[in-house]
Amino acid sequence: MNMSHLPLLQQGIAVLAALVLFTSFALLAQTRLTSAIHSFAWQGAGVALVTALVAYSSHTSHLYLSAALTLGLKSLLIPWMLHRLVRQLNMERLVENIAHPAVLLLTGAALVIFSYWVSLPIEKLGLGDTRNIVAISLSVVLLGLWMMVSRRQVIAQVLGFMSMENGLFLAAVASTRGMPLVVELGVAFDVLVAAVLFGIFFFHISESIESLDVDRLNRLSEREEHS
Amino acid sequence: MADFLSLSGWLIVLLQGILFLLGAPLLAGWIRFVKARLQNRRGARIIQPLQDLYKLFGKEALVAHTASLVFRAAPYVVFASALVAVSLVPLLATNLPSAMAADMIVLVGLLALGRFFLALAGMDVGSSFGGMGSSREMMVSALAEPAMLMAVFTLAMSAHSTNLSSVVDFNLANGLILRPSFLFALLGLMLVAVAETGRIPVDNPATHLELTMIHEAMILEYSGRHLALMEWAAQLKLMLYGVLIVNLFFPWGIATGDTAGALLMGLLAVTVKLLLLGVVVAVMETVLAKMRLFRVPQYLNLAFLLTLLGLFSHIILETGT
Repeated sequence: MNMSHLPLLQQGIAVLAALVLFTSFALLAQTRLTSAIHSFAWQGAGVALVTALVAYSSHTSHLYLSAALTLGLKSLLIPWMLHRLVRQLNMERLVENIAHPAVLLLTGAALVIFSYWVSLPIEKLGLGDTRNIVAISLSVVLLGLWMMVSRRQVIAQVLGFMSMENGLFLAAVASTRGMPLVVELGVAFDVLVAAVLFGIFFFHISESIESLDVDRLNRLSEREEHS
Repeated sequence: MADFLSLSGWLIVLLQGILFLLGAPLLAGWIRFVKARLQNRRGARIIQPLQDLYKLFGKEALVAHTASLVFRAAPYVVFASALVAVSLVPLLATNLPSAMAADMIVLVGLLALGRFFLALAGMDVGSSFGGMGSSREMMVSALAEPAMLMAVFTLAMSAHSTNLSSVVDFNLANGLILRPSFLFALLGLMLVAVAETGRIPVDNPATHLELTMIHEAMILEYSGRHLALMEWAAQLKLMLYGVLIVNLFFPWGIATGDTAGALLMGLLAVTVKLLLLGVVVAVMETVLAKMRLFRVPQYLNLAFLLTLLGLFSHIILETGT
């Protein structure tokens, strides 16, 4: 009674938004760094496709530009840069040890329920014809934050940060048909600069503590402790 | 709802049962054949599993000295529960007289009954392999069942019914709709089906390597007609999951009336769909390696997460104003 009345384009947008949410979970559970970077690239591609579909259905031509920008930047350039960094730091085969993977994922599921509950009043405002994608994008933001909290590898935390930005972008596209182009260009440039800066930081961190595990930044002594 | 006393309806149910009984070994044979071709072997003929069953029924059934009544009774219980389960599933047509009992939760229960006796039989003789296989099977099924039920609930929330026939009718009536919840439920159900039917990333049906086997370990002590019944029940279960997947998510072609033409069309459609699914299974089994047993919980965790996301995306994206 609900879904069958929507045009095919809106159904496609809903499916893609759900897939973006799924890539967020994949990112959260991925222990291999290279696979996590791939998941991030797919998330960027999903967000870009949603943007292109929204642009097509609402006839806003500047959204095509931001879709192309998202695709080029977040699903091609930044993953490529991160890949190169991982290769240079010889961490391609690194597998991070997650203590309780099931707890991690179930907390993620709880965050989705929470963001649905929070965004119920926003949905009632009836912003645009795209459905409750605000809830999806809020959960992508919260899942990115949760990834930054729970993971110990610096690169995983950076991926969480970037996927938070994906969530914000999705919210802007779905609820208000995107931000003004100047703002979007600014944000895109910011993200790019952040990626470059993170790269430099990676090198500094790995030079000083010979690892990218941020837990080791808490220790004061240089000595290897037996814990 | 179907007329409960229609004779032609019950005849179709009977026909479906016979088709399941004959089709299940053929489906298993088809998967083996495609797999052999993919691995550059010639492979046995497709009817080989049927011939194996025929041969096993003619052989003497040996029973260990320590075996109790459970060991003798288990093959019949396992086979009967699988047979009842498959006769509930709409294969050729919906709205059959058996549709009243065709509830998805009943189906999960019937499969659990068969599995319970299979595990009991594995432990009954007291050999170490049997007990090991039973404990592994129970671990896999305890993790797979929540995911399966979650997929069932996702479907039921869209169709407002847990009845298989109603869900198929609902999908037929609505035509092709892209539903994120169905996509996730389909993926989750496929992962569960692989685990439950003991196919490659979880269990290898073609090996007797003692460290890895699950299903084979439980039926290691059986011979003759007992073994034939156990094998047949496993093949029925494989076909049951295959038919569930193709008919619930891609129901096009299934007959809604009971004319001969519609039934023939339904048979043709379901055969083509199952053959395609068999090719998919064979390709997956060729490209994937078997997982370590301790990675199976992670795999089933993924299935559970997928079906849970299906439920969420139904509530978030598909309902509302």
